[in-house]
Amino acid sequence: MTQLALVIDLNVCVGCHACVTSCKQWNTSGWAGPMVDENPYDAAPTGTFFNRVQTFEVGNYPNTETVHFPKSCLHCEDPPCVPVCPTGASYKREDNGVVLVDYDKCIGCKYCSWACPYGMREVDTQQKVMKKCTLCIDRITDQSLPEAERKPACVLACPTSARLFGDVQNPDSEVSIAIRERGGYALMPEWGTQPANHYLPRHKNRMHITEDDLLRTNNPLKKEDITVYHGEETLEDVTW
Amino acid sequence: MQDPASRSDQSTGHHEVKETTCYMCACRCGIRVHLRDGEVRYIEGNPDHPLNKGIICAKGSSGIMKQVSPARLTKPLRRKASAKRGASEFEEISWDEAMGMLTERLGRLRAEDPKQFALFTGRDQMQALTGMFAKQFGTPNYAAHGGFCSVNMATGMIYSIGGSFWEFGGPDLDHAKLFVMIGTAEDHHSNPMKAAISKFKRQGGRFIAINPVRSGYGAIADEWVPIKPGTDGALFLALTNEILKTGLFDRDFLIQYTNAAELVIDDPERDDHGMFYRDTSIDVTRGCTDPQDKFWWDRNTGEVLTHTKGADPRLLGAYTMKDGTPVKTSFQLLKERVEPHTPEWAEGITGIPADTIRRLAHEMGIMARDHKIELPINWTDAWDNEHATVTGNPVAFHAMRGLAAHSNGFHTIRALSILMTVLGTIDRPGGFRHKAPFPKPIPPCPKPPHGPEAVQPNTPLDGLPLGWPARPEDLFVDDQGEPVRIDKAFSWEYPLAAHGLMHNVITNAWRGDPYPIDTLFLFMANMAWNSSMNTVETRKMLVDQHENGEYKIPFIVVCDTYASETVAFADLVLPDTTYLERHDVLSMLDRPISEFDGPVDAVRLPVLPPKGECRPFQDVIIDLGARLGLPAFTNEDGTAKFRNYRDFVVNYETSPGSGIGFLAGYRGKFGDKALKGEPNPQQWEQYAANHCFFHHELPRSYQFMRNWNKGYLHWARAHGLTKWAEPITLHIYSEVLQRFRAAAQGKWPGRRPPERYRERIETFFDPLPFYYEPLETQRIDKNRYPLNALTQRPMAMYHSWDSQNAWLRQLHSHNYLFVNPKVAIAQGIQDGDWIWVESHLNRVKCMCRYSEAVEPGTVWTWNAIGKGAGAWGLSARADESKKGFLLNHVIGEELPVVPGDGSQVLSNSDPLTGQAAWYDVRVRIYKAGPDEKQITEPQFTPMKALPGQLTRPRSRWQAYVAGVFGRK
Amino acid sequence: MHPAFSVIFLTTLLGAGQGLFLALITGQVYSRIHLIDAQSSDYYFHGSLIALALLVLGLIASFFHLGRPERAWRAASKWRTSWLSREVIVLPVLMGLVALFSLIHWMGWTQPFVVAGDDALPVDASLLVGVMGAIVAFALFVATAMIYASVKFLQEWASPLTVVNFTFFGLASGFMLAAAYSAWLGNDLVTFFGTWAVIFTAIAFLSRGASLLRNRHIKYRSNLKTAIGVRHRDIAQKSQGFSAGSFNTREFFHHRSPGTLRRVTAVFMLLVFPVPVVLIGVAYVTKSPTLPILAFLIQYLGLVAERWYFFAEAQHPQNLYYQTVS
Repeated sequence: MTQLALVIDLNVCVGCHACVTSCKQWNTSGWAGPMVDENPYDAAPTGTFFNRVQTFEVGNYPNTETVHFPKSCLHCEDPPCVPVCPTGASYKREDNGVVLVDYDKCIGCKYCSWACPYGMREVDTQQKVMKKCTLCIDRITDQSLPEAERKPACVLACPTSARLFGDVQNPDSEVSIAIRERGGYALMPEWGTQPANHYLPRHKNRMHITEDDLLRTNNPLKKEDITVYHGEETLEDVTW
Repeated sequence: MQDPASRSDQSTGHHEVKETTCYMCACRCGIRVHLRDGEVRYIEGNPDHPLNKGIICAKGSSGIMKQVSPARLTKPLRRKASAKRGASEFEEISWDEAMGMLTERLGRLRAEDPKQFALFTGRDQMQALTGMFAKQFGTPNYAAHGGFCSVNMATGMIYSIGGSFWEFGGPDLDHAKLFVMIGTAEDHHSNPMKAAISKFKRQGGRFIAINPVRSGYGAIADEWVPIKPGTDGALFLALTNEILKTGLFDRDFLIQYTNAAELVIDDPERDDHGMFYRDTSIDVTRGCTDPQDKFWWDRNTGEVLTHTKGADPRLLGAYTMKDGTPVKTSFQLLKERVEPHTPEWAEGITGIPADTIRRLAHEMGIMARDHKIELPINWTDAWDNEHATVTGNPVAFHAMRGLAAHSNGFHTIRALSILMTVLGTIDRPGGFRHKAPFPKPIPPCPKPPHGPEAVQPNTPLDGLPLGWPARPEDLFVDDQGEPVRIDKAFSWEYPLAAHGLMHNVITNAWRGDPYPIDTLFLFMANMAWNSSMNTVETRKMLVDQHENGEYKIPFIVVCDTYASETVAFADLVLPDTTYLERHDVLSMLDRPISEFDGPVDAVRLPVLPPKGECRPFQDVIIDLGARLGLPAFTNEDGTAKFRNYRDFVVNYETSPGSGIGFLAGYRGKFGDKALKGEPNPQQWEQYAANHCFFHHELPRSYQFMRNWNKGYLHWARAHGLTKWAEPITLHIYSEVLQRFRAAAQGKWPGRRPPERYRERIETFFDPLPFYYEPLETQRIDKNRYPLNALTQRPMAMYHSWDSQNAWLRQLHSHNYLFVNPKVAIAQGIQDGDWIWVESHLNRVKCMCRYSEAVEPGTVWTWNAIGKGAGAWGLSARADESKKGFLLNHVIGEELPVVPGDGSQVLSNSDPLTGQAAWYDVRVRIYKAGPDEKQITEPQFTPMKALPGQLTRPRSRWQAYVAGVFGRK
Repeated sequence: MHPAFSVIFLTTLLGAGQGLFLALITGQVYSRIHLIDAQSSDYYFHGSLIALALLVLGLIASFFHLGRPERAWRAASKWRTSWLSREVIVLPVLMGLVALFSLIHWMGWTQPFVVAGDDALPVDASLLVGVMGAIVAFALFVATAMIYASVKFLQEWASPLTVVNFTFFGLASGFMLAAAYSAWLGNDLVTFFGTWAVIFTAIAFLSRGASLLRNRHIKYRSNLKTAIGVRHRDIAQKSQGFSAGSFNTREFFHHRSPGTLRRVTAVFMLLVFPVPVVLIGVAYVTKSPTLPILAFLIQYLGLVAERWYFFAEAQHPQNLYYQTVS
């Protein structure tokens, strides 16, 4: 069994939104498109995005962490959005576990969006169907692309390579290793949705200094004549 | 629906891939543009490009929306004769008419007084061409936006270590183990920096961010050290003090590669006090270099010439030369300078606890000393010493505007350079590394003209409009010591203004101080909005008239791709293309994209045809140059020398037969020469075949220690990167600055400042860095304005101009003022409340957002999200103008006048470099009244749409699909 | 959640239609076993037409909720997993049975095939169809309510009380309508239906009161800590990642003040429970032909408010991700 997924490394994400717009440009002209924009040049511009980067502040000044938090469909292993769909438009692929919507079957009842605790689904206000992250299904399965490019647009774009992509069911994959070794976790585990996407936590590197580090025998000050004599009066000038 | 696994995107429509270079910001990544039926399908990072290696950012990924933006200009326009300037009422004209108008007017100015023409450009990355045009025209009044961007960073570092953060150098995070980022959160070198920080962190490096705000890269730092804005200099002095006191400096590095051990004359009575003790009789290279006629104090034999074989010089101490001259080592002077600047002293200024400062100093010093890197690379230094390895002290720094955009920024950055030097991290693995064409002599060789005689009718300027003064004689002043340039750069007011003072051009021209001008030509510079300070008044100056109805600035030409706020103030508008519609070069003569391992330059190739009647600005410049008969652009028979920019780039040489042109790659008849070589007619094609860049990787032995690397220096000279192969000794002590100070003290044999500048020059041209409170702060009531106000660009808009971009504007359509909740609550301000932000100058109304990630003495906002109503192709109701705001309205372009200045008007800038001090602004905040409208203020009359501007979609939605968009 | 009027009307109209149909069946059974006076076929014919009309109106309302109503037929396909699909199947079945019931009475096909006991229970086609319809109507209550109750992370809804509420609100409003219908016709079943309506209203009051109490003390299982996986007491969103609204900010939140919610609660607690009961009581005494109608209309209005509140009070965990613009 294969379950493709993203592992997002919060330790290096700087919140640049590259994943947000690279997703938009790939998908608006792709299989999952179009992705509508409303009021594109007016008040309250809004539109369909499969990917968001949010910002949270953790803690109080001065011990504040600014956490940038990218968020897209988690492709749950037990996706609550799929069984509720009355038409079967929402489905989870057998071959790679990606959760998709068949726009031709979707009636736009939005029930799947209610059934997603993560808020990962979007309604297309013009096509009147539900849309969502496809993990760039039309890239990752496109055999005409070089293998290195058979990845979601967000993964290829990410400047900090904070987005790892692979099969979380394969214990030897990069993503599985990262989850295992770096404390990868799922969002809202309380609902038993088993999100395939995981997040890697922040990790702090610290430096430990001991007093000995400051008292070295090779201290360069020992090489200097640090007494500066300008010809001032000395005992030799006054004693007899 | 078709099974997505059974289709290939490339089989939809006609699919093509073209390579070029991104220009959604100043980072300049390699991109591959996929086209479907001639429309942009997808823009991806080019995996074969050395800069971004396939990655791309939010801006680069939104290039599609830039092409279809309704803000695009498509026709040359002339202000309607009946319309007031600024009313945004234009009529279409042909390019012939436009060029005719320009040629007639500029031809007349050139024949009468070339300095009546001022050319100022924004973030254009084509200064090699625009600067050359200005020089050819004969006007000194040329600069780009560096004066309000980060000239302090360039000068502060280049005057200390011969290179700078920026395109010219950066932190070597591949080898570093400790990375200290201060005063920056996002940068020019955006994607490579992101990639490098990520890799650094994953390798276990420790990352400390020092900043009043925790944002951007600082978000993922291991430690955030909040600091009060404008106090970084105090921190560096205290860190240096602690490092000197504990002996954590790199003694060998300081002796061999810096002027730390060199002897400075220490006798205040003498005219040459503060100058290096030199033996001017000995035979060493003297030119635009640092002649090696200075002395060390050998512990056994006393005075010896520097780099005498076998010498064991003292780093500290005061001595008396054989001729009785009292001297001290530079390092001794530095030690004396920093001694009073204890961590406790700095705590009171910076707000950082003294213990933290001490610990930071220890972390830096111990990491540098105990975690050295030895790379097995042979190299030879400039004194013929062979080295088997290259040593690195793996402490890297990075800094930018947080340090630079203060009126004390130059000295702050000097202090940082010295801290980096003391730790022994310059051009070494894991420290600061240069990028070609740097390092350069301190200061670099190009100089501005020296006097008004350089400006002559119908004659190219004698000298370069911009340069690097090394002594008072290099200033561009008249016999009375008064400025020749409209922006007063290189005058006694701002002697080291290496990037000009674009931020004062409009005010100076309006006031006629130092003189009025006729034509102001602005390229891609939004001077009626976020590129000016005191914007409300600047907009008034642009439309101000003499009593006879003539405008104070008679003629304004604006060339831009988009309907910016500034376009409304033009008399003539020239529509430029987008980056996907043009040839461009990222030239070694300007701002290349070099890597640490060697020079890299790059090109843009057109991927799409120009929209409407847009013309690439370079073509316009070359055409205009030929029409005006400028020598570089015309043949002897007066005909145009170059067909267009493409032709120019191939065939132009800096001087006949120099072999140096705008592009360094694929030179020589067959494209087999690098950096220097005769023109190659196939150069563009060869760049195209190599993913649009040229990368000359230096031999490993030339990649480090380049200030003193004999092999590298000779290679650089042979390939035209520098004129000299002399070692570039780091300036801990700046004799260059001392020369200006001596002039102010009446001790310099040459030029001396006018009386009213003497005290200013004497104070600020201190050869050692010092901390002073920002100038504006010294002049206002700090109790009334207790808060520092900062702006920064969000990553998705950094260095971009994309409020007209339908995707990017959704991420940031308006901005808030971030306030520490403690400060807000004390004022009765709730999260989300409407508030006023007031400075000594003006006030703006905006919304408040609580943030725990800001130092309580600071408030900040995302910059340039707020727009003028109707500008940038947006509706007049757009969030950008109704909920977004621009902090520039409260930032002064000039200092408040106080009696101490002798009532003279001074720019709100660094007194050495003229860097705009927009981070100095201090404000107070208070809640807006319950009856006040919930809309940001000030508001401006909505800008009208321009003829030829693409109209907004009629329906309230759009959906981009390549191949069908716009063809419905 | 954002209360969508399509769904508010869908559920309240269906509930009243189902309740009315159940009232008619109840009436018919009672009259067959001679506990109350027999009514004419016309009475059932017109009554069930009203029930059918309510069901049709509910169905029409539901179409306003769909992006692609022309494909609504597809919604029947996933009955194995989706309560929505089940509702989509059960509703037309019920409508068919109600229509058939109506037709039987209209055509007068009410000759009993079997008579149980000594004329104790004559069984005719209408009774068979009616009982089947009653079963289906109850199934529809369950299906409709389970659409909400089965979304486990909408904790206000994820409770058996949701099914009980939907059922008894439907019964109360349906019997109230039956009383109103009878009053309008001037027959004496007002008391019969009215009494049942009061009983169902009382039960609904208890169950809704219980769910209100329960919801007031819900301990939410999701919070910012689990939403982003960072353990800290103080976490605050600074940016939801975009400046203006999105589907996420429109669909899952009502954008009303807590005060509005409190007022709506007060309104429906008043309009659904005491007012109709009092009006019915007064109607018994005064034999008013109009007060029961008023009682129904007021209760229905109250139910619309109740259903608005039902959506508004549900806190979707996705809202944790969409709090702040900056």
